[in-house]
Amino acid sequence: MVDPRISIINDRLKATRNIVAVSSGKGGVGKSLTASTLALILAKRGYKVGLFDLDFTSPSTHVILGIEDVKPKEEKGIIPPQVHGIEYMSIIYYSGEHAAPLRGADVSNALIELLAVTRWSTLDFLIIDMPPGIGDATLDIIRLIKQIKFIIITTPSQLAFETIKKLISLLKDLKVQVLGVVENMKMDDSQLIQQKVLSLNVPYLGEIRFDAKIEYAMGDVNELLASNFAKKIGEISSKIVD
Amino acid sequence: MAVGFPMHEWALAESVISTVSQIAKKEGLKEVTEVKIVVGELQQIELDIFEFALSQLKKPELEKAKFKIAISKAQLRCRVCGNKWVFEKGSLSNDNAEAIHFLPEVAHTYIRCPNCGSPDFEVLEGRGIWLKSIRGVK
Repeated sequence: MVDPRISIINDRLKATRNIVAVSSGKGGVGKSLTASTLALILAKRGYKVGLFDLDFTSPSTHVILGIEDVKPKEEKGIIPPQVHGIEYMSIIYYSGEHAAPLRGADVSNALIELLAVTRWSTLDFLIIDMPPGIGDATLDIIRLIKQIKFIIITTPSQLAFETIKKLISLLKDLKVQVLGVVENMKMDDSQLIQQKVLSLNVPYLGEIRFDAKIEYAMGDVNELLASNFAKKIGEISSKIVD
Repeated sequence: MAVGFPMHEWALAESVISTVSQIAKKEGLKEVTEVKIVVGELQQIELDIFEFALSQLKKPELEKAKFKIAISKAQLRCRVCGNKWVFEKGSLSNDNAEAIHFLPEVAHTYIRCPNCGSPDFEVLEGRGIWLKSIRGVK
């Protein structure tokens, strides 16, 4: 038996100029906030942008962007709604506020299904908010999307760095492009993480200072765009736009 | 037939046609005569729309192809207590059944093992669409 969905995924994404996975080894380092803010900033600059929340068991980009009461349109597939100028796709359209307790094989199946039936427009950027780690979703994205590039988020914690070191090692082994590493929640002037990243021959895209007030911007796109976090993501985004 | 094909059966039919064409090319088939497809009940595919989409999307090498579609009951097995049961659409609200139609994995959100109440079950059979076999002329 052959799963017919795999063959159509490439067709669905072939017109997309850049597909960027925002990933990390650990949770809680700011992946979803980076992915959401990056998508917003690129859209504000006039690019056609899609945001796909691939963290099926713990989706959060809809909370960051204050997305409520929108649904995809059905037209020969699923057309993601435009929210804040972004084509937005998430499991929350189907699971709502309920838990989606998925094992690895279910994550793979859901990922394949949504990639096979979602009809993005001709995007300049599709930003993918990844679940943490190097499990099924990461392996599937690498398997199914040949042109995928990664931005990796860490914190100044050496524990977080240890996990992204493994992620970077995997991506290098699989010849997947790493656009660079962002060091989030920085609280001092240590250059330790920067040095460690550069020693791996991976670009260090920049540091973002810990922002105790960023929590107040959750759900409020204007507040988010006015934050120091967004200013830094704006600078970083200029480094990845070709 | 719904106007404008407002269903995602079209997208799934596209994936079937694309895969059959790729296999036909790989196997050197000039003409595909028969395609056997298994459709699982969990996804609640609208068969008339799916079949219509297949007929509309046919490529030249598929012009004479007959699509034989078999329905597979959705069998679930609880990983906690081992209970096996069959999915019944009627046990769900319309909204929840529709969510599973679009993304069968959210079955784990809306369905519980009738014996122990766990959402930790596996779908043994009948999840989505599978290509069973292709016949053709070289």
